[in-house]
Amino acid sequence: MKAFTALLSRDMRLAFRAGGGASLAAAFFALVSALVPFGVGADLALLGRIAGGVLWVSAALAALLSLDRLFQADFEDGSLDVLALSPLSLEAASAAKILAHWITTGLPLVVLSPVLGLLLNLPPPAFGALVGSLLIGTPALSAVGAIGAALTLSIRRGGLILALIVLPLITPALIFGAGAVSGVFDETGRGAFLFLAAFSVAAVALSPFASAAGVRLNVGG
Amino acid sequence: MADITLVEVQNLTCERAGRRVFRNLGFAVASGQVMTLEGPNGAGKSSALRILAGLLPAAGGEVRFQMNAGYSVTDSDERARMVGWMGHTDGVKAQLTVLENAEFFAALYGARISVAGVLDHVGLKRMTAIPAQYLSAGQRRRLSLARLILGNRPLWLLDEPLSSLDAAGRRLAAELIGDHCDDGGIAIVATHETLGLDATRFFIGQQ
Repeated sequence: MKAFTALLSRDMRLAFRAGGGASLAAAFFALVSALVPFGVGADLALLGRIAGGVLWVSAALAALLSLDRLFQADFEDGSLDVLALSPLSLEAASAAKILAHWITTGLPLVVLSPVLGLLLNLPPPAFGALVGSLLIGTPALSAVGAIGAALTLSIRRGGLILALIVLPLITPALIFGAGAVSGVFDETGRGAFLFLAAFSVAAVALSPFASAAGVRLNVGG
Repeated sequence: MADITLVEVQNLTCERAGRRVFRNLGFAVASGQVMTLEGPNGAGKSSALRILAGLLPAAGGEVRFQMNAGYSVTDSDERARMVGWMGHTDGVKAQLTVLENAEFFAALYGARISVAGVLDHVGLKRMTAIPAQYLSAGQRRRLSLARLILGNRPLWLLDEPLSSLDAAGRRLAAELIGDHCDDGGIAIVATHETLGLDATRFFIGQQ
């Protein structure tokens, strides 16, 4: 347990140091969301209708941004060999890294989302659903992304391949996440919430094992 | 630490990217011994160490650790828990300070000794607050040595541990390896240089 928290706090610390992904993801999320009104135009009613979807897509892209370095940085400087030989199993190490990624990347997006909702004229009753769906759904983004990061860790410019692998896999989170926000006005919101939660639980439960297998494959390659 | 009495390697064959690197490698190293792996570039010294550590699957053959308690271990995950590793990369985070790196290693291995004392021992006492990216290659090597001490593992697998180290650093590395083996540990060292220790020599490939 001590080894787990040691890795967790190391990764969180690295995320806030120079070159870490924490502030980058939050800034990217804010920028993409702020750009949409420029492209769509100042039709407030239209913006309000698409706000949930726009914020969810931006959140998914922002989470992907820092994922490619999740295992790659450790692979390049030899830390991954050290972790593979540590008392911590690779599964536990992957879980610690996923948790650290979510705390430093997913959680800031959740906190930031109401402000951006305001910017996109999100209807007031939907704010709770937006924050709630991101809180439930962003762990799935980190978890599924970690599998892609583990598979591509030894590939130069693996970030692009990572996006190709991960984006289709997180489509359910996008559908149910955005659906939970737009569904607050009819009866569909609750169902979308439950599906999102189920997807998230499954992703978080399975990802450490799949990620560890990916890491093992690359370390032994 | 759980003590290993004998590291046995039999008929070990290694393939990388479909190419056979070496075949039918066999040796045994007993508790308290240092063995150097020598051979030309590309002979497979680093690959052999990775196989021993359990990081790389062998294409054939067996690695067996005979334990003090009487049983023996062949499983790669179990072997991995007994290895102190120093690869050609240092496994040091450039953005963290020397002390943060060392404290992470200590927490990872559950070390019960003083981190500051270990850093002092490897000659990094005055560098503790400096981010590791500003260390020289030799100083990063010393931080790797600190990890070996903090890990307190019975089998040390070292890949060119003397590279980048100055004369004092080489003496320090040799002294640490010597102390480790005096305590009943085992060290297998891939190197082109003489350690200045009483070591058995093993050659891979053509001499």
